[in-house]
Amino acid sequence: MTGATERMTGAQAFIECLKKEDVEVMFGYPGGVLLPIYDALYDADVRHILVRHEQAAAHAADGYARATGKTGVCLATSGPGATNLVTGIATAYMDSVPMVAFTGQVPSFMLGNDAFQEADITGITLPITKHNYLVPSADELPRIIKEAFHIASTGRQGPVLVDMPKDVTTDELDFSYPDKVELRGYKPTFKANILQIKKAAEEISRSVTPVIYAGGGVISSNGSSELLAFAEKIMAPVTNTLTGIGSFPGKHPLSLGMLGMHGTKYANYAVQECDLLIAVGARFDDRVTGKIESFAPNARIIHIDIDPAEISKNVRVDLPIVGDAKGTLANLTKYSKQCKSEDWIKKISEWKVKYPLHYINSDEVIKPQYILEQIHAACEDAIIVTEVGQHQMWAAQYFSFKEPRTFITSGGLGTMGYGFPAAMGAKVGRPDKVVFNIAGDGSFQMSSQELATVVENDIPVIVAVFNNGFLGMVRQWQELFFDHRYSHTCISGSVDFVKLAEAYGALGLRATKPSEVRPVIDEAIASGRPTVIDFVIEREENVSPMVPAGAAINEIMDLEVK
Amino acid sequence: MRHTLAVLVENKSGVLARVAGLFSRRGYNIDSLAVGVTEDPTISRMTIVVRGDDHVLEQVTKQLNKLIDVIRVTDLSAEESVERELALIKVTVDANNRSEIIQIADIFRARIIDVAAKSITIEVTGNEDKILGIEQLLRPFGIKEMVRTGKIALTRGGKSV
Ligand SMILES: Cc1ncc(C[n+]2csc(CCOP(=O)(O)OP(=O)(O)O)c2C)c(N)n1
Ligand SMILES: [Mg+2]
Repeated sequence: MTGATERMTGAQAFIECLKKEDVEVMFGYPGGVLLPIYDALYDADVRHILVRHEQAAAHAADGYARATGKTGVCLATSGPGATNLVTGIATAYMDSVPMVAFTGQVPSFMLGNDAFQEADITGITLPITKHNYLVPSADELPRIIKEAFHIASTGRQGPVLVDMPKDVTTDELDFSYPDKVELRGYKPTFKANILQIKKAAEEISRSVTPVIYAGGGVISSNGSSELLAFAEKIMAPVTNTLTGIGSFPGKHPLSLGMLGMHGTKYANYAVQECDLLIAVGARFDDRVTGKIESFAPNARIIHIDIDPAEISKNVRVDLPIVGDAKGTLANLTKYSKQCKSEDWIKKISEWKVKYPLHYINSDEVIKPQYILEQIHAACEDAIIVTEVGQHQMWAAQYFSFKEPRTFITSGGLGTMGYGFPAAMGAKVGRPDKVVFNIAGDGSFQMSSQELATVVENDIPVIVAVFNNGFLGMVRQWQELFFDHRYSHTCISGSVDFVKLAEAYGALGLRATKPSEVRPVIDEAIASGRPTVIDFVIEREENVSPMVPAGAAINEIMDLEVK
Repeated sequence: MRHTLAVLVENKSGVLARVAGLFSRRGYNIDSLAVGVTEDPTISRMTIVVRGDDHVLEQVTKQLNKLIDVIRVTDLSAEESVERELALIKVTVDANNRSEIIQIADIFRARIIDVAAKSITIEVTGNEDKILGIEQLLRPFGIKEMVRTGKIALTRGGKSV
C-alpha cells in the first residue's frame, strides 16, 4: 500500500476503487443491500446506467468490454439481482471476456441463514467465473477489487465476481488503493518460449499447405495486425472462428472466412487438406471441428494459446506454444520464412470461385443475406452485434469485417437475448461507431425491455429484427432432422415491433419488400435515434452450407435453396 | 492408472469447494482427497488420488493450476515418495475370536485403540495394500464400521514439492 489513507465507508471506497481502475461506466440495478452503494453513487462522478433487467447489465458490460478491450463492470443486488446476472456472467466466461461483476449480499452476520434475498452467488458462479470473492470485511475491499480487475483483464481474460455483504459497504476503513497485486497462485505465462517459437518456424518452413486458424484470443490480445503480418510473411491462408471474426480482414486474398458447421466450404476443405494447422487463440470447439477424429487429418498442429489447459484438450497438438497471441505472432513472424505455398494458394482461389457462399435473391421477399449486404454497403465500419440463431450465422457469413472488435457475438454459450444489451454496451464504449444489433424475432424478445434504457440514456443503437416468425435455427433442424415437425418454433404474430419501439419512444421502421431495405437502413442511421427495424423476411430460409452434426467438416453441404 | 497429486492451496474458506467442484464438473474421478494445513499456516496441502490416463492427468493438473487459490500442483507418482494412509476399523468380537483378532492386528503392526464387550477398534497405518490386507483378514469376523483418511504423501529425501 502506498500513499496517505483516508477514512471512509466501504461504499465510498467502492467508488474510489472504480475510479482508480479508470472505470468510465457501469451497468447496474439497485436493491435493498445496495442502498449504501447507490447512495454513494448519487453524487459520484462515475457513470452508472440503469438497466431494466440485471441480465442486460451483465451483457452490456460484456459488449462494452468486447468493443473497447477494457474491463466491463456490472452491479446487482443480492438474491434475485445476483442470480439474474448468471447468464451474462456465463456468456462472458465462455468467450473469455474481461468483466467484473459486483453483487450486494446480506450482512455478514446473516450469511448462511436463508436471510431475505440471500443467494450463495459465489457458490452459484464458481464454475462460470475465472475467480470470485465474498468480501470478508471493509478493510479488504480495496485489495479484492484490485485483484478482481487484475485477474479479469490478464492471462486468459474472464469474468470475476465480487460479492459484498451490506456491512462491508457501511463499515469504515482507512482507504488506500494497493498499487500491486500479490497472488502467488496466479502467474499467467505471457511470453512464449523462444525454443518453441524456433521449432514452429521450422515446421512452417517445411509446410506447403499451411492454414492459420485464428480465434477470439487474437482479438483479446489486440494481435490482429500481428496476425496480418504473420500470414502475409509466411503466405498462409487464414480462417476464423465465430469469435475470431474481425481479427483478419474478410476481403483479404488470404482470408478463408469462417470455418466449421456454417463456415465456408473452402475454409473447411483447406483445413481438411492442410499439412500444417496453426491455431492461434482458438480452442477447437465442437462447432468448429465437427467429427473430431477426422479433423485436419493430414496436419501437424501448432497451437498458440495463453491458457495451457487449452493445449491438447480436444485434439492432439504436435507443438504447443503457451503465450499471448500478439507477442507470439510478432516473434514467430521474425523467425519464420515464407512457405512454398503458391500452388496451395492457387488451389484455394479456385475453390473460392467454385464454392462461394451464395443465396438466391428475390424481388418479392426480403432475403436475410441481402439485408446484411445492404447494411455493409451503407456502413461497412459499423459494429455488428448479434443475437443467436440463423441471423447470427448470416451476419458471420455475409458481412465482411475489416477490423477487430467490430463483430460481437455470443459464441461459446450461444445466448439469445445477448445482442441488444451487448450492442448498448458497445455503443456506450464506442459512441463514434454506428452499432447494429442483428436480431432474431425470438432473441430480441428476450431483452427488448432494454429499449427503455437506450431511449432514456440516448444510446442510439439500431436493432435490425430479422423477422421470420420462427425460432428459425431450431426450425431449420426440425425441417432437416425431424421431418418438418415444427414443434413450438412458430412465433409469428408475437408483437408489432414498430409499435413496440414507439411505445418506448424509440424509432420504429418496417421493411416488407427488398426495395425498402436500403431506405430504412439509411433512415435509421440518419436518425441518430435508438431504432428498431422490423425486416419481414423469407420465413423458411435456411443457413447454408452446413456440416451435419457428427460429420467431418469437409462433408459440408449446400441446403436446398427455396 | 492412478496418480497421487500434492496440491498446495491458499488456506482460505471455499478452496475445497473450488477444487472439488472442478473435479465433479469436468468428470474426473477422485479416489481419495486428504487435506490439512502445512508448516506454513497460510497454506494447506491436499493429497488427491486421481484415476485416469496421462491425458486426464495433464488436464487435471492444468485445470487445478488455473484456480487462483492453487499455488502448486505436483504429481508425486512421478517422484520417489513415501505414502501413508490411516484407517480405523471396528470389528465385532466375542470371547472366542478376540485373541485371533489381536494377533492379526499385531502382524500388521496395527494398534488396538478401543476395546468393548462386543467390539475392538483397530488403528492401522500404511500404504494401500496393507490397509486392504488387514481389511480382508478382518472382514470374516464382521467389520461394523470403518473409516479411512485417504492417502497422504511426501517426496523422499531432502527435497520438497
Ligand atoms: C437463451 C436461449 N434459449 C434457447 C436457445 C436455443 N436456440 C438457439 S437458436 C434459437 C432460435 C432463435 O430464434 P430467433 O432469435 O428468432 O433467430 P432465428 O434463428 O430465427 O434467426 C433457439 C431457441 C438459445 N440459444 N438461447
Ligand atoms: Mg426468428
